[in-house]
Amino acid sequence: MIADHTQTATTPHDTRSIAAALRVNDFAFRIATVNGTGSASANGLLMQAIFRMGIPVSGKNVFPSNIQGLPTWYEIRVNHRGHVARTPNFDLVVAMNNATYGRDLMELAPGAYVLFDSSWPMPDAVHRPDLRFLGVPLARLCADAFSGGRARLLLKNIAYVGALAALLEIPLDIIDTLLAEQFSSKKKLLDSNFAAVRIGYDYAQAHFECPLPIRLAAMPASDDRVLIDGNTAAALGCVYAGATVGAWYPITPATSLMDAFRMFCARYRVDPESGQNLFHIVQAEDELSAAGIVIGASWAGARSFTPTSGPGISLMSEFIGLAYYAEVPAVFFDVQRTGPSTGMPTRTQQGDLMLTAYASHGDTKHVVLYPADPGECFTMAVAAFDLAERFQTPVFVLSDLDIAMNDWLCPRFRWNDTWRPDRGSVLTAEQLEGMTQYFRYLDDDGDHIAARTLPGVHPRGAYFTRGSGHTRLGTYTEDADDYVEVMERLAAKIDSAADAVPQPVMYSGAAVQVPVVHSALGSIQATARQDARGPGEASDAGRSRVRVGLVSIGSCDAAVREAVDRMSERGLPVDYMRIRGFPFNDRVEAFLLEHEIVFVIEQNRDAQLRSLLLLETQATKDRLRSIRDYGGVPLSADVVIRGVLLGVADATEPHDTATVELRSAV
Amino acid sequence: MTTSIPKPRIHHPSLERNSIGLTRRDYEGSMSTLCAGCGHDSVTAAIIRAFWELSIPPHRVAKLSGIGCSSKTPTYFLREAHGFNSVHGRMPSIATGAGAANRDLIMIGISGDGDSLSIGLGQFCHAMRRGVRMLYVLENNGVYGLTKGQFSASADVGTKAKRGEVNRNEPIDPVLLALSLGATFVARSFSGDREQLVPILKAGLAHRGFAFIDVISPCVTFNDHEGSTKSYRFTRDHMREVIAADFTDGAVRDGGLDGAGNGHAIHADPGDETPAESPDLVPIRTEITAAYAPGSVHEIRMHDGSTVRLRKIDENFESTDRDAVYAYVRERQRAGEIPTGLLYMEPEALDMHAMEGTVARPLVDLAFESLCPGAGKLDALMEEFR
Ligand SMILES: Cc1ncc(C[n+]2csc(CCOP(=O)(O)OP(=O)(O)O)c2C)c(N)n1
Ligand code: SF4
Ligand SMILES: [Mg+2]
Repeated sequence: MIADHTQTATTPHDTRSIAAALRVNDFAFRIATVNGTGSASANGLLMQAIFRMGIPVSGKNVFPSNIQGLPTWYEIRVNHRGHVARTPNFDLVVAMNNATYGRDLMELAPGAYVLFDSSWPMPDAVHRPDLRFLGVPLARLCADAFSGGRARLLLKNIAYVGALAALLEIPLDIIDTLLAEQFSSKKKLLDSNFAAVRIGYDYAQAHFECPLPIRLAAMPASDDRVLIDGNTAAALGCVYAGATVGAWYPITPATSLMDAFRMFCARYRVDPESGQNLFHIVQAEDELSAAGIVIGASWAGARSFTPTSGPGISLMSEFIGLAYYAEVPAVFFDVQRTGPSTGMPTRTQQGDLMLTAYASHGDTKHVVLYPADPGECFTMAVAAFDLAERFQTPVFVLSDLDIAMNDWLCPRFRWNDTWRPDRGSVLTAEQLEGMTQYFRYLDDDGDHIAARTLPGVHPRGAYFTRGSGHTRLGTYTEDADDYVEVMERLAAKIDSAADAVPQPVMYSGAAVQVPVVHSALGSIQATARQDARGPGEASDAGRSRVRVGLVSIGSCDAAVREAVDRMSERGLPVDYMRIRGFPFNDRVEAFLLEHEIVFVIEQNRDAQLRSLLLLETQATKDRLRSIRDYGGVPLSADVVIRGVLLGVADATEPHDTATVELRSAV
Repeated sequence: MTTSIPKPRIHHPSLERNSIGLTRRDYEGSMSTLCAGCGHDSVTAAIIRAFWELSIPPHRVAKLSGIGCSSKTPTYFLREAHGFNSVHGRMPSIATGAGAANRDLIMIGISGDGDSLSIGLGQFCHAMRRGVRMLYVLENNGVYGLTKGQFSASADVGTKAKRGEVNRNEPIDPVLLALSLGATFVARSFSGDREQLVPILKAGLAHRGFAFIDVISPCVTFNDHEGSTKSYRFTRDHMREVIAADFTDGAVRDGGLDGAGNGHAIHADPGDETPAESPDLVPIRTEITAAYAPGSVHEIRMHDGSTVRLRKIDENFESTDRDAVYAYVRERQRAGEIPTGLLYMEPEALDMHAMEGTVARPLVDLAFESLCPGAGKLDALMEEFR
């Protein structure tokens, strides 16, 4: 599937040196622990404290598919400008896992800090005299202060939070407040947590020069932001959209979406009078069943959804085709993880772009929404139900593990109380009473959508829902013309949804003024068609200017934006379009055609977004280059910049000064 | 080619009307396109009769099926009901969703032995466990009719296919399976015995939970020959009714079974106006049990006020004990018999809604305002994410 002129940008180790220069609110660190040792709450506490300081922060949980014992990392990045995409460059590591100690150190740049538990001698496997070691006897200090094996283990994590508070200058009162909120009803736990924080804090103050040159400083707090994960946000969207039936089969990373929906329903959806539920959640026996439940419930008139991941979508495919063809609304959340097959269940990827666009056999095509962060998980969840009911078709919300399970800094969610759901064209008993005849698939106003009816409402609304061939009147058919007529309307219906899905977001830089051989287009063509044209032919051509565009999707956004900012700061402006919905609307195509070189940036091996763009727009292969990063960790800006530079350089004169500048921009 | 031939709706003035003024014709669907003599058509006729006798407004019914000859039959009854011919083996999940969304729907699911016992075995089991409130009819012919006669999972060991091969695989017996999975209404009948089938169907429709009926329904085209254990002749020769059910409708009225009828019932037929309590209304009842020798009678009052009278034909049959029923059926089958009747019923069973604690009002009828927490609550909630 990959055209031979595309390239994969990898993430080679960055060997920049970290001088001990003062860097406030602009660094990244990583905590290496063992899964199941209770580090999650300590890491969450750190994130929360930094967030309360008003500093843009992100936390990425890199965890194994395991309940206990395997290595896990938590990566925190702070950036005063708001660039909080993942970065592979860490300025400090909290090395709490002997098993990964060597590797954790190897990955650090010279000058980085290593906070480790000095209770015992650390393995001597790696020789890195260029690193700065900060030993804190965490285990020993906690053993002295607390009793009980489990408490000691947990509080050791809290103690490293204390040490970091001293080293990075996190005010203790913020940590104390957070702990007090968390353990408001458990005084004993609160006291021991307070004490553990002090143990780490005091030790660091006494033994190191605190704070370090990498440090934090409170920024003007803004009420406008929240720290939330995408699954919680999507679940909230389902509640606000009025969804009443949820069906699912547990799968990482989608599980917490239904957990959150259940939690919100318990809070907001219990009838105050009867104490009974205004919702129905079914834990299905598998994803096939979950899909059937959603389709059955939507068919009967409820707003219904299922959260799943790629393996679930694969299983649901037959049903998805039924919903498409029989025109039953249904909302599917595909929280993507690394495929194929079981893949790496706890690592992120954007591998289901193709799958969801055309899921099921025969000619099918679906409406897909691509949230970039939890904020969009909330709004797009709401939009998905409207689109599904309006177009009477399956709608996918394509999230991913990074968005879904990590806490993101987002604008505070807001709700407009005048909003009402778009239930699409559904005939009421009164309307049916006034009709002489009703035919399910008859589009009488030319919008490609036929009115539907719900069971139990009126005898005249009765029709037979089927996945077998049907005429526009809804009767069974094996007649070519009758069949084609309905299929053509379905195609037109889905195409018309292109204007209803969210428009792409444009982030503009000015046109890049890069001298190229002939034109970038010509040059790329020369590369791609070397056999036909012969080498060197392109170099005869003259010089011109080229506009560079970046196209991306979903959770790539943070990294791509950062890349765009960093490149334009260095005099290399590029235009960026983030696609938010499928089918693609005209603005997507226009952007592709307006730029001579377009880099399509995505997190999968086979350049699926690029393939979709080639299939669905007029853009040609030579125009669309590919930058892919699909190893399971969230995209970083470095990967994007490197990919763009390599690609542009490929299209430019090797010794051109602009190109040299471009290269040094990474 | 078409499998849906509309039937002319001619009402003969002398046709008998039920309590909502509808004739049996009003409960029919389009013309069957199954093979002449197919057992499934007899089941369809029994279903029409049961619905008509219960005076259920057809539009309150949702008729659901999977794929197969059996699954085609919902087109052939209740034309004024919404139908859903879903995908092979997956009807139970569609029913689960539809029932979750609208608990006032009266659901009937039609399936085959291939649909329920092979491709859809999982869904069949789980809908039963979950207590989806529906009447589930498995039209069991021992073969995949629609794909031309391969053995299905209900084919008995030793049964012979039309072209001679003999089945060696152990069958999955849906009745034993249902009993072992905690099903709360388990029956077996025969398409050729409408007298037995109709009251069981009616009792199943009145059951508050998953009512399962395995109906042996011979495939005349692929499995009705000598050597087949699912032929008409073999079934007639070996079936033995062990318990007879007699159904008396009680509170069944225009609001539907159990009289809930929450808001959804729109009555277009003038006959609908007739109140069920109207003094001149003669309750329709089928006298079906006279043919059997009387035994001890067990009367069960259903939630909708109707009564099921169970009469033991085999005095050794203990119908109230699940394990005993299981052991009995197994033993009789080993002895070469096919025990039939309403074999087991738990009238006080909890259905899916009772187990989940969902509101009495169908979810589809809830106003958006009662579902959306609103801006104020969102604002308050956001504080927890700060
Ligand atoms: C996924 C899928 N696989 C296979 C089929 C083909 N198929 C249609 S009906 C059927 C068997 C039906 O057997 P049964 O449920 O016993 O119904 P019968 O025709 O005997 O009434 C099969 C295998 C299908 N429709 N879908
Ligand atoms: S093939 Fe068998 S099951 Fe199908 S319609 Fe004919 S007789 Fe009935
Ligand atoms: Mg069969």
